[in-house]
Amino acid sequence: MTFDALDGVLLIPAASACLLAALPGYRLTSRLNMLAAFLTFATACSLFVVEPTTGSYLLVDDLNKVFIVLTTFVSFTTSAFSASYIGHEIEIGRLKLGYVRFYHAMYQVLMFAMNLALVANNIGLMWVAIELATLTTVLMVGIYRTHEALEAAWKYFILGSVGIALALFGTILIYMAALPVIGEGPNAMVWTILVAHAARFDPDLLNVAFVFLLLGYGTKVGLAPLHAWLPDAHAEGPTPISAVLSGLLLNVALYALLRFKMLLALNPIAIAPGPLMVTMGLISAIFAAFMLYRRRDIKRMFAYSSIEHMGIIVFAFGVGGPLANFAGLLHMTMHSLTKSAIFFAVGHIAQVKGSQKISDLSGLTVTHPVLGWGLVLGVIAIAGLPPLGIFMSEFLVVSSAFARQPWLVLFLVCAILVALGGLFIKLNTIAFGEPRGSTAPSQASYVPMFAHLAIVFVAGIYLPPMLVAGFENVARLLG
Amino acid sequence: MHGLTFDIAHMLAGSLVLVSFIELYQDRLSALLNTFALHAFVLAASVAWQAFVQDAPHLYITALIALVFKAIVIPVVLHRIVVQLGIHREIENVYGVGLAMLVGIGLVALSMVVMLRVTAEADPLAREDLAFALSVVLIGLLMMVTRRNAVSQVVGFMSLENGLVLAATGAKGMPLVVEISVAFSVLIAFIVIGIFLFRIRERFDTVDMQAMDKFRGEQR
Repeated sequence: MTFDALDGVLLIPAASACLLAALPGYRLTSRLNMLAAFLTFATACSLFVVEPTTGSYLLVDDLNKVFIVLTTFVSFTTSAFSASYIGHEIEIGRLKLGYVRFYHAMYQVLMFAMNLALVANNIGLMWVAIELATLTTVLMVGIYRTHEALEAAWKYFILGSVGIALALFGTILIYMAALPVIGEGPNAMVWTILVAHAARFDPDLLNVAFVFLLLGYGTKVGLAPLHAWLPDAHAEGPTPISAVLSGLLLNVALYALLRFKMLLALNPIAIAPGPLMVTMGLISAIFAAFMLYRRRDIKRMFAYSSIEHMGIIVFAFGVGGPLANFAGLLHMTMHSLTKSAIFFAVGHIAQVKGSQKISDLSGLTVTHPVLGWGLVLGVIAIAGLPPLGIFMSEFLVVSSAFARQPWLVLFLVCAILVALGGLFIKLNTIAFGEPRGSTAPSQASYVPMFAHLAIVFVAGIYLPPMLVAGFENVARLLG
Repeated sequence: MHGLTFDIAHMLAGSLVLVSFIELYQDRLSALLNTFALHAFVLAASVAWQAFVQDAPHLYITALIALVFKAIVIPVVLHRIVVQLGIHREIENVYGVGLAMLVGIGLVALSMVVMLRVTAEADPLAREDLAFALSVVLIGLLMMVTRRNAVSQVVGFMSLENGLVLAATGAKGMPLVVEISVAFSVLIAFIVIGIFLFRIRERFDTVDMQAMDKFRGEQR
């Protein structure tokens, strides 16, 4: 039996999860965690060089390559951030040393589950992977064992399970739809075979299935009104997990939705999935934009900002067409990078100040200039101001959608502007208010944060033609 | 003979919906757990019958898991937890029993209308199973919404999963991967919940979810 890169992105996290579960201490293990994440990232990059063959369980195509590389890259930088973050948490005694072993093992299991969901060529396997990812994040969110953390984990668990259950029902319905055409057995759950025969599936069954899948996986994407778990889970878990949740896990659920959307698009009689996605995306964006104004907790605020951006991304994919898909894909990438950079900054800020409350953090550019200005840069990026990457992707979303649905775009632009206002009011307090709290220097590592911001900055000015060609290709694939 | 096999499968799936309704109006936790055991038992019987009808031996494993794990182990363990916590006497419905039952009837009607219409061309056994399964899933959801006690929410979630297993076994030749994963996920889910229940007790001295809601992150 030979191993290729696809097995690599699964086996490396799985093996390191076992290893990290056995090793004590945190200095060595956090480095090992980084090393494993880096090896996974390197393996993922090799997918572009040598493309493994698609089997009946694992699949590789242009669409999931983009997702895998993004996922493994952010996992790697987050593991670097996590190393310094966890070190500090242990020093102040917020996290017991015994939990660190568990934390690192769970981190790698989460990487495994996300990669599995992305490469699965079987709708059942993909469902199992997303369920696994949900359960590991539930455990990680509750890791501090405080009131708030447990409540957040419980809420996340209940809502996530309901979403996952609905998604499974949708998956069964897809199988039922494929049954008369493909026949009994595992083949009726394989993506590549499903796609080849989708035109002859029963359209009514596909329609109902998509509604369940949209609600089910939509819960995981954090679309309003199914988003209630998201702010709590982001705020109460360790910050590296908030970064991974926002930057990656939401994308993985979105990937599942996109796959099913492609399936439905191939059937001429089934409903167009676009309008449903446009509606949910728009509602999420508008709702989350207004919710930004009343936040007192910095991590909850950026969690709502994630809901807003996922709304924009789902909106773009819902509008469809090569241009809007391209914009959606670019926006997703930029959002992952920017949001995780912001959470890196927020994590260190909360550590030096010993609080997540916005009122306790004011005057950050005076007390901690590097962190403060890093956060300012991140918020400028996430709010969509030029010349950073999100400005470009939002501009593309708006302009490509304007050609198709001008009235809807009006609402979207309002949402973006409202969110910008909300973010800047809060940023003004945090960065430039009267200095408060601890002025002790932070021993944080700024490399992951500024690496992400640098990429976002460069992408706003210049996109390499290779990347553009690759994204265009994927956008065509998405239809 | 086909008529009889069909009727028995139909009866078992129908009974599952019926037991779901019985769960809906139990207002004591221990009675609710007993009803859940019955729910899982009916599911096991239904899955075993499907295994026999479809000549699919692997479904017997699913039936066995349902029987041993869901009908015996989980109710027994939950009974002990509930007694330990001293909350076995009563649970509150957020809405009255009558209203919950009416909504439940509405949900069953809804799932019949939706599923029977869209599966007009499918195998009759599968389509009825699917309609019943959706009813069970929706009633499970309803239970999770109307109860505010953590234990009864968990029971609601587990009956929801029972509905999913019914749907998965009703779909002919669905690969084994899925059935095992469903059973397995319930196992994991239960472990997780178990941990949480103990922790919740430790920290809050209550399993009433309304008390937990007070600990939301944004109180000044």
